[in-house]
Amino acid sequence: MFNKDRWREIIEVLSSNVGRTLLTAFGVCWGIFILITLLAAGKGFENGIRKDFGDIATNTMFMWTRSTTKPFEGLPKGRSFEFKTNDVQAIWDNVPNLKYISPRNQIGGFRGGGNVVRGIRIGAYDVYGDYPEIIKQDPMTVTSGRFINYNDIEQKRKVAIIGQGVQSELYDKGEEVLGSYIKIRGINFLVIGTYKKNNNDGDGEEAQKQIFVPFTSFSQAFNRGEDVGWMAITAHDGSSISQLKENIIEVMRKRHKVHPEDKRAIGYFDLYEQFNRVESLFFGLKAIAYLVGIMVLLSGIIGVSNIMLIVVKERTKEIGIRRALGEQPISIKKQILMESIFLTIISGMVGIIFGALLIYGINSLLDSVGPVDMFMNPSVSVGVVSGALMILMISGLLAGFIPAQSAIRVRPIEALRTE
Amino acid sequence: MIEIKDLHKSYKMGSNSLHVLKGINFSCEAGELVAIMGSSGSGKSTLLNILGMLDEADSGEYTLDGVPIKDLSETKAANYRNKFLGFVFQSFNLINYKSAMENVALPLYYQRVPRKERQEKSLKYLERVGLREWATHLPSELSGGQKQRVAIARAMAAEPKVLLADEPTGALDSTTSYEVMDLIQKINDEGNTILVVTHEPDIAEMCKRVIHLKDGVIVEDKKVEQVRASQYVK
Repeated sequence: MFNKDRWREIIEVLSSNVGRTLLTAFGVCWGIFILITLLAAGKGFENGIRKDFGDIATNTMFMWTRSTTKPFEGLPKGRSFEFKTNDVQAIWDNVPNLKYISPRNQIGGFRGGGNVVRGIRIGAYDVYGDYPEIIKQDPMTVTSGRFINYNDIEQKRKVAIIGQGVQSELYDKGEEVLGSYIKIRGINFLVIGTYKKNNNDGDGEEAQKQIFVPFTSFSQAFNRGEDVGWMAITAHDGSSISQLKENIIEVMRKRHKVHPEDKRAIGYFDLYEQFNRVESLFFGLKAIAYLVGIMVLLSGIIGVSNIMLIVVKERTKEIGIRRALGEQPISIKKQILMESIFLTIISGMVGIIFGALLIYGINSLLDSVGPVDMFMNPSVSVGVVSGALMILMISGLLAGFIPAQSAIRVRPIEALRTE
Repeated sequence: MIEIKDLHKSYKMGSNSLHVLKGINFSCEAGELVAIMGSSGSGKSTLLNILGMLDEADSGEYTLDGVPIKDLSETKAANYRNKFLGFVFQSFNLINYKSAMENVALPLYYQRVPRKERQEKSLKYLERVGLREWATHLPSELSGGQKQRVAIARAMAAEPKVLLADEPTGALDSTTSYEVMDLIQKINDEGNTILVVTHEPDIAEMCKRVIHLKDGVIVEDKKVEQVRASQYVK
């Protein structure tokens, strides 16, 4: 492999017709360039979409009650019902592989009036009654103070964590937030923390304008009793919530005397399913990128193969001489194959370099004009690049195979016959 | 050195076959300088190709220096050619993008002689054919006679048992032909076995033994008084 003479020969042969070598190399270079660029574009798209999802735990479903649509066990249809706090324990008892179950209550939100007051300022915000686990399902960064803990839950402390959007509307700049009070529907809550959310979708601004208070304090303060507005349920990483959700809903149907076939009594949103849909889109994009890239690459490789055939034809006599002088057929084959692989890999690397430069250019352009919707940081991983090199190696081998075979098929005596 | 018994060879040309060699019996001692003569189509090149293992006989025996040559795979044939034989062709057959020295070093390369040693050896042989100062020149920068001398140096570099020359002077004028023959005679004087295919009688006379082929059989095999080529060379 690392035979100096062989390499010298490869260089000699390839440089003997520079124009032709360059044109041939261009085919492969172009193919790999397209492959890299397409993959990077797909990755950029994927990065953009993933950013929109934020850090939210994707193996999660949300579940709420609606009114029944079928009469059952003597109960009429059109009956409304509520989840209760003891439903949470019932789900824990009946459905395995769940990681978090967070019962939630909420006021405000859609058409919520001015529900929060501080001094002379007033605002309309979503106020949630939550358990401490919610921060793992709907991640946020606590920027000062702390989040809800179980002492808050047990002692029903009237404390609140507010978003940065709330802070900027209810407080002056530089004003101390922690330790101050806000009035939610006329009830004072002590502010113990602020948060910031990272997701970047259309609700980006809205997400910063929420207030979290302990679930138990919420129930007591706003007269919810044992009612649960909705639940956020996350499954363990090993299992998918999409498969568990039927069980969960079935447990709820039983407990609330809902007809087993009443599909509409319990509403849910399966984030995992949505996420999977997007995931398969990414997969499809990647597959298309590979397909198109490899197809273009293939035409480049056929070019290499053709040129190698011509080279072999041109060198028929030389090959004959070499064989008369005692060169082994396998050595000739090796020579042709190495020429082909060398040509493919070198031109492929040039293609990779150009692709990388383009990606670099696009990235610095994106950096300078700021974020673009659904596109971010196009890139290819080292894995993809080494995969591309593997593809090149194999294709070089394939491209050289037929010419190498035809080189040793010619018998020396025929090759030597003067034309 | 060479033993041939009842050698037959025919070529298939579509439906009819052409019987080229019709039972050749021939032997040759070490150190001989043999001219194989005959008109075109007499089978002399075919005979040389079979002797050179570039072609295989249909039937008959061929022994080279005690080694029976038969059922050769391409790899084995390449090995034998490299070890036993040196070729000199009418059209020189130098590799035109390699310098004279690299051309001479080629058979040594196939013997996996280390690079340094290859260079030394090829320079030595170029010296012997009087072309040392042309070592770095490409074949295109050499005259016909010089090319043939490089080719002879290349054939000798691997120190073969037999040197096979197919019309070595065929593409040369008479002055350079004699120079080349002078070289061949000198190499023979050192004890090397050489077979020369030629159709020129004056070249044949410079050998020690002349074999006439006609229609695929040997019609004449005689020792001759060798004419030294040096007397024609100034």
